[in-house]
Parts: sequence; structure tokens; C-alpha cells
Amino acid sequence: MVPVEYYTGLSIILFTLGAVGVLVRRNAIVVFMSIELMLNSANLAFVSFARNYEAMSGQVFVFFVIAVAAAEVAVGLALIVAIFHSKRSIDIDQIHSMKG
Amino acid sequence: MIPDLILFFGLALVVVVSAVGLLLSRNAVYAALNLLINFTAIAVFYLLLEAPFLAMIQITVYNGAIMVLFLFVIMLLGAERLAPGPAMPYQRPLSILLGVILLFEAAYAMFFRSKLGVSPTPVPAGFGSPEAIGQTLFSSYLLPFEVISILLLAAMVGAIVLTMKTRRRG
Repeated sequence: MVPVEYYTGLSIILFTLGAVGVLVRRNAIVVFMSIELMLNSANLAFVSFARNYEAMSGQVFVFFVIAVAAAEVAVGLALIVAIFHSKRSIDIDQIHSMKG
Repeated sequence: MIPDLILFFGLALVVVVSAVGLLLSRNAVYAALNLLINFTAIAVFYLLLEAPFLAMIQITVYNGAIMVLFLFVIMLLGAERLAPGPAMPYQRPLSILLGVILLFEAAYAMFFRSKLGVSPTPVPAGFGSPEAIGQTLFSSYLLPFEVISILLLAAMVGAIVLTMKTRRRG
């Protein structure tokens, strides 16, 4: 097996790319996908540590993270659809008022 | 060891290139397809890390449900491309600078401030199987499992309520 440091390094790179995506992109859906990328990098770190320490709990946590991500995506995309219906755009630069 | 390393770096290349493709693609559908490749490669990583059940969960939930939902919403809204608008001029360099700082900080914290060095040993048979996950899930983590079901119900109701409201308003 490849040492756990390699997986941790890959997970750090992926998390950084996701964070840069949140900062750079203006399309709200792509920003949302970058958040999914960050969640996945955390999952990869969890699974690699679970393998390294032979702890089943790490894998169960990934299971929970995936369940929470599914719920988050359902609500988040519904929010994006609602914003699109009121603003006619999903450019996050144009969403600067709290009133719907 | 050598085949493992070749497999790891090949997959890591796929993962990083598809993540960069997600950042650079102008069209949101291409971004979604890049993310799909990324999730599939991470599922292969899970298989390498003795987590076959999670690999299947990753494929079915992320690729099968979440990404299809993303593509569905992109096509429903017709929001593949944004209309070019006034962008902040300093946004891109500033965020790349912040990303580089985050990368070095995280790498420093992970590799120089903590001790990771436990050499991996061969896992016992059945590690990461549905049976092993189920036993941990339904003994130590029973309460979080039940809470997750309430969360999913709340998300379902929330998604319906949010889209119902817009239909009434329009």
C-alpha cells in the first residue's frame, strides 16, 4: 500500500483546488460543485486514515458525510432554482441583497 | 510497491487534472462532467484503500444521484454560461494567492507539525465490507444514523417547499 502521506497530500491539493474554485468562479452551480470537491477531499483523507489505523469508524464517517452531502445538494439546488426564478440569473456577484 | 505507486500517481493525475478542468471550464456542463470523472477516480481510490462498500456508495450516490441532479438543474435553468458581466479585477489573482497560502499552510500543518508515521499493515479479511460497516453503524453510531434520517426528511421537505413557493409567486 502507498504511504498515507501521499493520500494526505493529494487530499490537501484537492481541497485547495476546491477552495480556489469557490473564490474564482461566479456561476453559483460551479461554486456548489467546488464545495462537493472539498467534501470529497475530506472523505479521501478519512478513508486513507481508516485504512492506515484499521479503524472502521473512519469509513462510517464517510458514510455520514455522503448522506449529509446528498441532503445539502438537494436543498442547495432548490435554493439556486428559487434564486434563478426571482433574479433571472445565478451570477453570485449579482446576488447581494438579502430580500427575495 | 512499484505497481501500487504507478496506480496511485496515474489516478492522482486524473483526479487533479479533472479538478483543474472543473475550475477552468467555461461551460457548466463540462464542469459537471469533469467532476464526474473526479468522483469516479476517487471511488477507485476507495477500492485501493480497502473500502469497497464506500466505493459503491460513491458511484451510486455521487455519480448516480448528486451529479445527475446537478446536470438536471443546469439544463433546467439553461445556465450553462453566464452572461459576461463586470468582474472584480483583483478577484482572480487574489484568490490564487489565497489558495497557494492555504496549500502551504495545510501541507506545513500536516507534514511538519504532526506525526503520521504508522506503517500500514495488511488489514483483516472483511475490512470495509458492508457487514463490517453495518456492525459499526448499528452499534456505535446508531443515534447519528437515526439523526441522518431526520436530516434527509427535512432536506426533502425543504427542497419541495422552496420550489413550491417560486411556482406560486411566478
